[in-house]
Amino acid sequence: MAQFLFFLLAIVSIASVLGMIISKDQAYNALFLILAFVCMGGLFALLEAPFIAAVQIIIYAGAIMILFIFVVMMINLRKGMEPEKKRWTKVFAVVVAIVLIVELVLTTKGALEPISSVASETLGNPTDLGRLLFTKYLYPFEITSILIIAALVGAIVLVKKRDTE
Amino acid sequence: MIPLNYFLILSIILFALGAIAFFIKRDLITQFMSIEIMFNAANLAFLTFAKSFTSLDGQIIVFFVITVAAAEAAVGLAIILLIYRQKKSIRTEDINSMKG
Repeated sequence: MAQFLFFLLAIVSIASVLGMIISKDQAYNALFLILAFVCMGGLFALLEAPFIAAVQIIIYAGAIMILFIFVVMMINLRKGMEPEKKRWTKVFAVVVAIVLIVELVLTTKGALEPISSVASETLGNPTDLGRLLFTKYLYPFEITSILIIAALVGAIVLVKKRDTE
Repeated sequence: MIPLNYFLILSIILFALGAIAFFIKRDLITQFMSIEIMFNAANLAFLTFAKSFTSLDGQIIVFFVITVAAAEAAVGLAIILLIYRQKKSIRTEDINSMKG
């Protein structure tokens, strides 16, 4: 059952990313991306990280993609966006991707073999995660909150129209 | 049980697809989306190793990556909106005032 679920989620996520590459319309791209993020949330849940899976679906598929869709709605793109003429960028992209795949496979080849069969108990328990977040990782957590406030204020200041012009 | 190598291979494939999308697409919004795909592939690898080592530190790092990605998306989309207001376009060919 878990294996079937894994293959289903993997195929749907890869297919939606491929659909994002093929499709020309930004709104469709955003919807494909939401599908991919939800599938990734399912994969995270399969890896015994239920809290991270919930955060993934709420923040990525919810908040971030809503931001993207707002920006797509604000920017009127109906006129332009004809298909790309240059062919060498596609060739270059495929070459870069193949090099990347070979590099990553070579580096991670021996990484998982000795310990991949550990039978873990409840690993991603949200209680333990919260306890770790407020003891060992307290300072990164607080710094992240400052970062988010700074980013929000910065985004508002950037986009605000100035009256003096 | 699913071998953890499958998750690793899936994360490699998704990262490479995100890189391909970044190079092929010519508008800023879709390139931004492909960066988010690459973030997610890296998160998948982090969670795979967290399960493999049975440690929670990988999950905490993924949590931080997601929060920082939210902040980054807000600022990046604001910058894209500003570029659109100035140039009336978000194609990367039209953003060439630095002659790069």
